[in-house]
Amino acid sequence: MSNRTILQKAFIKSLPVMAAYVVLGMGFGILMSDKGYGPLWAIACSIFIFAGSMQYVTVDLLAVSAPLVQAAMMTVMVNARHLFYGISMIGKYRNMKKFKPYLIFGLTDETYSLLCDEKDYPSSEPEKAELYCFFVTLFNQCYWVCGTAIGAILGAVFSFNSKGIDFSMTALFVTIFVEQWITSQEHRPALAGLGASMLCLIVFGSSAFLIPAMLLITVLVSVPYAYKARRGEGDPEK
Amino acid sequence: MNKVYSAAMIAVIAAVTMLLRFLPFAVFSKKRKVPAYILYLGDVLPYAIMGMLIVYCLRNVQITVAGDWIPTLVCVAAVAALQIWKRSTLLSILCGTGLYMFLVQVVFV
Repeated sequence: MSNRTILQKAFIKSLPVMAAYVVLGMGFGILMSDKGYGPLWAIACSIFIFAGSMQYVTVDLLAVSAPLVQAAMMTVMVNARHLFYGISMIGKYRNMKKFKPYLIFGLTDETYSLLCDEKDYPSSEPEKAELYCFFVTLFNQCYWVCGTAIGAILGAVFSFNSKGIDFSMTALFVTIFVEQWITSQEHRPALAGLGASMLCLIVFGSSAFLIPAMLLITVLVSVPYAYKARRGEGDPEK
Repeated sequence: MNKVYSAAMIAVIAAVTMLLRFLPFAVFSKKRKVPAYILYLGDVLPYAIMGMLIVYCLRNVQITVAGDWIPTLVCVAAVAALQIWKRSTLLSILCGTGLYMFLVQVVFV
């Protein structure tokens, strides 16, 4: 396979992500400009953070001047899933060399979903496989940054009544929630997340509920695990 | 807008995100297995956190103000219904946000 063929394969593979990243990136750019941040701010976020849901949350954290510690904790909770993408890619990225740091940096939900599919690249030729993964990751980030730039510039040039545009963030999370609900058999974690957060919102109020909610969620989802582990102790099969 | 604060905020979020992405490669390998509890958290936390983020988005909705909670409730229901029906994330977000902007700008002024 020539490098050109690899480039083409990677581009075709990344096409489904293009639409999503351009549109969601635009949404992020428009939100940032709506809060008074120019295109360079929005583009810097998309280059250096490169994590969709978290960037939407970032707009909100900036707008309310949240403490940095709270922002760090929020990032841990929202992006914890990236730990697990990393864990499942350890084997595949083991032999990667010069592009490895960028591949790890750019391992978003969508990039992961494209690259965890191993049949697309020849594992017998590690250099070609590395180049393929690099192009897919790079194309995805390009779509995201371009979308952000378009949104940020539109938001800066055209003045329109943007009241209510913040709802795009709520809508994003509702769609992900529904999609997870449909594709999963186990609904207790989702209910625990909703329930614990609502309880903490009522008890601690809207400006202080987040950290207690994160702690309570971690405790709640750990209960079934601890219960199973305890029962498993007496079982010689385990 | 405080530029130093904003830059620090973006830097912190970028740094923590990178840390999360690089940590597994630094700590675990083919030989050093991932603890079962960590794998379990990885399975269940994404579901719980999405619920938390929805509550986070709706945290300032005032139940006593009809022009606030009615559009929110209608549009959250519309987004969920559209997602169940069409399974298209972009369509659900665009229609939901459009409807919400229409309701708060035109209907509940």
